[in-house]
Amino acid sequence: MLNQLANTKVDRRDGKLAMAHFYVAFIALAIGGLAGLLQVLVRSGKLELPAGIGYYQILTVHGVILGLVLTTFFIIGFMVSSVSKTAGTFTTRQRTLGWIGFWFKTIGTAMAAVMILLNEATVLFTFYAPLQAHFLFYLGLTLVIVGTWFDSAAIYMKYGQWKKANPGQPSPLLTFMTVITLIMWDVATLGVATTVLFQLLPWSLGIVDTVNVGVSRALFWYFGHPLVYFWLMPAYMAWYVVIPKVIGGKMFSDSLARMSFILLLLFSIPVGFHHQLLEPGIDPAWKFLQVVLTFLVVIPSLMTAFSLFATFESYGRSKGAKGLFGWFKKLPWGDARFTVPFIGMLAFIPGGAGGLVNASHQMNQVVHNTIWVTGHFHLTVATAVLLTFFGVAYWLIPHLTGRTFTKKMNKLALIQGITWAIGMTFMSGAMHAAGLLGAPRRSSFSDYGGAAQAAEWVPYQIAQAVGGTILFLSIILMLYIFVNLAFFAPKGDQEFPVGEVADQAEKTPMVFDNWKLWIGITACLILFAYTLPLIDLIQNAPPGAKGFKFW
Amino acid sequence: MAKTELNRNTETETEIEVEDSSSLKGTLASVFLLGFILIVTWVSVYSLFLDRS
Amino acid sequence: MHLHKFEKIWLIFGIGSLLVFLTVLGVSAFYLGNQPPSCLATIDPEKVDTQAPFNEPGLKKVEGKEWEYELVFVASAFNYTPGEVQIPKGAKVKVIATTKDVIHGFEVAGTNVNMMLEPGYISELVYTFNKTGEFLVLCNEYCGVGHHMMTSKIEVVE
Ligand code: HEM
Ligand SMILES: [Cu+2]
Ligand SMILES: [Cu+2]
Repeated sequence: MLNQLANTKVDRRDGKLAMAHFYVAFIALAIGGLAGLLQVLVRSGKLELPAGIGYYQILTVHGVILGLVLTTFFIIGFMVSSVSKTAGTFTTRQRTLGWIGFWFKTIGTAMAAVMILLNEATVLFTFYAPLQAHFLFYLGLTLVIVGTWFDSAAIYMKYGQWKKANPGQPSPLLTFMTVITLIMWDVATLGVATTVLFQLLPWSLGIVDTVNVGVSRALFWYFGHPLVYFWLMPAYMAWYVVIPKVIGGKMFSDSLARMSFILLLLFSIPVGFHHQLLEPGIDPAWKFLQVVLTFLVVIPSLMTAFSLFATFESYGRSKGAKGLFGWFKKLPWGDARFTVPFIGMLAFIPGGAGGLVNASHQMNQVVHNTIWVTGHFHLTVATAVLLTFFGVAYWLIPHLTGRTFTKKMNKLALIQGITWAIGMTFMSGAMHAAGLLGAPRRSSFSDYGGAAQAAEWVPYQIAQAVGGTILFLSIILMLYIFVNLAFFAPKGDQEFPVGEVADQAEKTPMVFDNWKLWIGITACLILFAYTLPLIDLIQNAPPGAKGFKFW
Repeated sequence: MAKTELNRNTETETEIEVEDSSSLKGTLASVFLLGFILIVTWVSVYSLFLDRS
Repeated sequence: MHLHKFEKIWLIFGIGSLLVFLTVLGVSAFYLGNQPPSCLATIDPEKVDTQAPFNEPGLKKVEGKEWEYELVFVASAFNYTPGEVQIPKGAKVKVIATTKDVIHGFEVAGTNVNMMLEPGYISELVYTFNKTGEFLVLCNEYCGVGHHMMTSKIEVVE
């Protein structure tokens, strides 16, 4: 092996750190899934929540626990495993940083959760000022972010150590992708950390009376879009590197994979205005500039689509497939480690199409804050990303716990993936349709004073409830499989699949590991897209906004 | 005559086979299908925007 | 870095399509004036009721402007003023709105009128109401417990 530090198995001690993350992630899945079920039932008009529990309190739980907690914990667990596997075991110091990160995130999550349960923070997971939550809610979220900074530090150190031990060599692909994703994340979290630490915390503590809403929102969305790429890029890691090995094929190209990750780093940050297209206080020319940059970040996804199809086709043809689509039949459909993420990839096609619509400047007026948007991100994050993570969990959990993914579990996992696909087709499809008719997101059931338009939305809401119920069953199945793989599956060796490049693929250029270059360009693009509009928002700010607790 | 004929035949066949085994025409077709979905979606919603404006 | 011929074709096609989308959007926005609502005017959120035009919410005919009417809305948790308004069919209307407290949405369901209302900022959008009927105005940004009860109504009449 070229790579001097790679392990065949993730070291037991690193595995423990990763598993700690997975426990939290799957507990989050259970709680958040239950909240999701309650939401669709309430929204169908057929259920009222008992005991004075508010719809928006449940929705805050759902958004925070699934959108922020489940994703972050799963991703860090996957990254720790991937780096330990491909760049070698963490040193004690690095691993300690990892544990500090874990506890920061966990304690922060607990703080935010308690405040949400006490109904002190029913502000939804985006916590837009001037709705004002308890300061412990903001502090909790800050700790989660700071925790991820410790995680990044550990991984950067490991990466540096590998580079030193392997001079002149390109870093292992999974490690490279992890590092690039974390750089993007760290640069992005500066925005949300700034608004929370310098605006929302002092304001919720009563140290200052008012908050500059425009600046707070710009800083939030500077973080908010890269947040969704922080979810997506680990899924791409699995698609580029793991899936080719799972099917028994080769990676299409190492360089192109790195290239697309570089593009994701460069263009996923200076685009936050595409979430603020309908807002006052921002000149439309700046909005359009960020729309253009948003369209550029589509390009790496076009490349990804090509690479994946090419991997599948090459594999199928190597097994003797003929004709235009013969290779499709040769894929290992009976293997949940492939099929479940593959369903995710398919979901990303309508997901991406919807994303283009959302980002299309004035076209955003058709869909903004309608339930279409909810339909969109349940395809992207809650299907494409999540089913990929489930597909990873099927081999990674037993790999880390020294167990095996049995035939029986594989069968259940296939059912899990298929029920998810069915449930999501109903739920997301109905959300997209109702959204185009104008039905709003983030809204409890309402007949809107008997309006005829609102009555048209009800059948779609019932379809969402049907789909959501199927999804909930699928979540239960997933939890059952997780518990089995973590505690009960037979002992054995489960492979950590890491793909290799096809023989004819060329050598990886070193320029990809040139971080000064990439971070420099990233910074320039951010300054270009944000400096002037941000100065505008500060200089031409209206009187600040007082806090309100309207729940 | 017959012999060379036969030789030729197997030669072209293997050639086709090699080409077929490394061909990415299915990939090209698949991504264009994907592109088609993107375009249809975008154009549909843009038409809705125009219809409502 | 080497690109397969088909990947080149795909990327040219894909990037070309993106460029076409952007061109259509850009021409429509910058040349035909279909910009998303992006008003830059500000206001003191605590003095909304006493300041023009928000001291007189509702529909008003105006002269000598690019639009024929101005429709002023004031939002606060959890209602809109006016609660109901009639507009003649075909009227070109500038909708002007703001909020007195938290962030609200302003969506006229089934039309392209959709904008965010943020404390301290005025939001504006020009729209021609070409179809008759009742249109539901609703809040599409979470603003508190009564968020889903926050509505108004626009009736477009002959
Ligand atoms: C049982 C499965 C699920 C169901 C039934 C479900 C249902 C819903 C519904 C109905 C809403 C919209 C509520 C509203 O806007 O009023 C929603 C919002 C949301 N869901 Fe899910 N969901 C599920 C799984 C997931 C998963 C797995 C994730 C993330 C990985 C997720 C992330 C979100 C987020 C971030 C929101 C937005 C919350 C907000 O607008 O504040 N959901 N979900
Ligand atoms: Cu975004
Ligand atoms: Cu509201």
